[in-house]
Amino acid sequence: MLGEGILKGLAETAKNFAGSYVSKERLTTVQYPEERIPTAEAARVFPFLVYDGTDWEAGLRCVACQICEKECPPKCIYIEKSKDKKPDYVGKLQIFPARFDIDVSVCMSCQICVEVCPFEAIKMDTEFELATDDRFEGLLRHRNQLAKSNEYYHKIHPTEAAEVDARLAEEKAKVEAKAKAAAEAAAAKAAAEAAAKSAAPADAPQATAPAKPAEPAPKTTGGGE
Amino acid sequence: MIEKADQIFVLLLHWLVGFLPASWQHVASTILCVATIVLLYPALFAIAVLLERKGLGRMQNRYGPNRVGPFGILQPVADGIKSLTKEDIVPFRADALVHFIAPLVLVVAVFMGFAVMPMGRNMVLVDMDASLLFFFAMGASTELSVFMAGWSSRNKYSLLGAMRAVAQMISYEVPLLLSSVVIVMMTGSLSLVKMVEAQNQYTWGLPHWYVFTPWGLAGFVMFVIASMAETNRSPFDLPEGESEIVAGYFTEYSGFKFALFFLGEYVGMFGIAGLGTTLFLGGWSAPLAALSVVPSWIWFFGKVMLWICFFIWVRGTLPRLRQDQLMNFAWKFVLPMTLVNLVVAALWRFMGEGLLRWIVCTAIVVVAYAAMGRVEMRRERLGPRSYRYAE
Amino acid sequence: MSFVFYVVAALTLAGALSAVLLKNLVHCALAVSIAFAGLALFFLQLDAEFVGFAQFLVYVGAVAILVVFAILLTRGSETPKKTEIFSRTWLTGLAVAGAIFAVPAWAVLQAAPWMIHTTEKPAVTVQEIGNALMGRYVLPLEIVALLLTAALIGAVIVAMHEKEGRNS
Repeated sequence: MLGEGILKGLAETAKNFAGSYVSKERLTTVQYPEERIPTAEAARVFPFLVYDGTDWEAGLRCVACQICEKECPPKCIYIEKSKDKKPDYVGKLQIFPARFDIDVSVCMSCQICVEVCPFEAIKMDTEFELATDDRFEGLLRHRNQLAKSNEYYHKIHPTEAAEVDARLAEEKAKVEAKAKAAAEAAAAKAAAEAAAKSAAPADAPQATAPAKPAEPAPKTTGGGE
Repeated sequence: MIEKADQIFVLLLHWLVGFLPASWQHVASTILCVATIVLLYPALFAIAVLLERKGLGRMQNRYGPNRVGPFGILQPVADGIKSLTKEDIVPFRADALVHFIAPLVLVVAVFMGFAVMPMGRNMVLVDMDASLLFFFAMGASTELSVFMAGWSSRNKYSLLGAMRAVAQMISYEVPLLLSSVVIVMMTGSLSLVKMVEAQNQYTWGLPHWYVFTPWGLAGFVMFVIASMAETNRSPFDLPEGESEIVAGYFTEYSGFKFALFFLGEYVGMFGIAGLGTTLFLGGWSAPLAALSVVPSWIWFFGKVMLWICFFIWVRGTLPRLRQDQLMNFAWKFVLPMTLVNLVVAALWRFMGEGLLRWIVCTAIVVVAYAAMGRVEMRRERLGPRSYRYAE
Repeated sequence: MSFVFYVVAALTLAGALSAVLLKNLVHCALAVSIAFAGLALFFLQLDAEFVGFAQFLVYVGAVAILVVFAILLTRGSETPKKTEIFSRTWLTGLAVAGAIFAVPAWAVLQAAPWMIHTTEKPAVTVQEIGNALMGRYVLPLEIVALLLTAALIGAVIVAMHEKEGRNS
């Protein structure tokens, strides 16, 4: 009969109405300032600059290469290079940003700056409460506001930060190995020069070393398939 | 004591007016009553808006407003301040005078209806002979204000909304009137006061409300439907269908004028709820003879608020109708039902006391409802779409 | 002839005059509804509650809306470009208006002074009106009802023809 569906619908809404007072699970609303949902690990809102160590000015990874500034689609980054240089994480002397500003109101959270940065210096933050009552200065973030420690980066994006750290460590190790090799080479050179004066016995153990791991290789190939 | 509590407002009025010289008393009491009505209903409006927002929220498993004040009860105050301080924008090409008058006409017309509403025992501003007619006459002029608002805005959405509103209000005014005519037939009077008095009797402690008779129940259901359409409430809120025409006839209104429209709509709702209460639910009379100790005005306002709660409930439940469904429903279902109901009421009147008239009248109403409901529910089946030229 | 009478009379006359003098048709329709409301107030002032409210309900509520609808649906709401106060047939109009005015004027002038009685107004309750309509005047009432039903059916038939034409 006409009206049955209406009664069913009324019953349904009445159930919802009463149920929302009884069971909290029905209410999906999060009471925002008091309650918060933890942000997802992959969340990205606004870029920040990573620094190593405790002193943000000394540990800033950014070398003011300005790639991000050029790649930024809405052009919200402004960088001024420094006149002097400071050592970076591997100890090499690099220039650093004397000024690094990002405009909150222009940034579109695209993460392109992060992707193009060769130094792992700029990353995306999960902090989203960027609102301010000062629409001129408050919306322009300077480098002291942008600089955040590597520990913070680990806290907000643990997986990504671990990868980044591993990569940096690898690079650092490579550089160190290179330096070591160079030092060794220099040492060897010095030694060779020294040996050249006398006899040279160092060649014999180097020639035998590659022959040893080649022996068990044919045995394992059959079992693997 | 009970008598005093019941008549507290009347006694208060007499006491206050007693300080004035006799020649001023009549004018002063009228002014006091009008001022009370004009202040009371906006206060109820604030409560109803809060109730609506919180209730609708709960029906959709939300909290509703809960930030302003404890549990959000100060939300209407915040809304009021907001709409008062907002800029009042009048479109450049708008008809400024008509644009300005339209909300005033609406608010004045809806407040006029309360002049004849018996809000409690001896609590009626003007006890006139044709008060029901007066109420409908005032209700009719709201249509004109809606049209004025829509037309003067010079906006297609406004005009469309106004046309929809006027067509809808005219269509549903007919069943609204016809469903109240049965009450007039039974009481033999157009006076709302007399109608309440006729219902304020009890047999075995049960009231003689008209809703408890077959014709009264049918009339009541039709009245509720028509009153929802008349006040542009969901599911009949096509005139302000947000998804299609922004806000209908008050699209171009902002600030306080918008607030006036909003107020007018809600006060109109109170008016029609009060009228329905008076016609079918016994007005200010208590639902049980034993409960007559509770003051009459509590019953009246309690029933009106219940009616408003029902409106909110329906709004939270039903989707908006389409224009053709709206018109079909009015002219093919509600109107014939009210006409059948007239016949049923006449039969009831002339069949005399007894069980027979209950059976006959109930049977006619149920059969008519079922038959018309079947016709109404018969719908076109939507098959696969066929193309004439494309294939 | 009280103060209220003059206020209501001024309102009604202003409404009626602006209905004929205003250029915008919708404004005219709104002005006509003011005149209708003024007439209703006159009835109320004469203690004719039923007629007054019926006037309000039917004329302000329905007829004014009908007029407005007719104006909007017939593309007449645009203000005409040519703005002449007098139409070309203003002489004919004047003659017709004069003739119509002459009839009530003649009737008023012919009324003998003793026929104008300023005694109290007759108090007629709505119930008496209802009884009269259902008793003595039941035939005219039925004829009016028949007329209205015929009009209703006619409207339905007009609407139905349009629908058939669209379907075929």
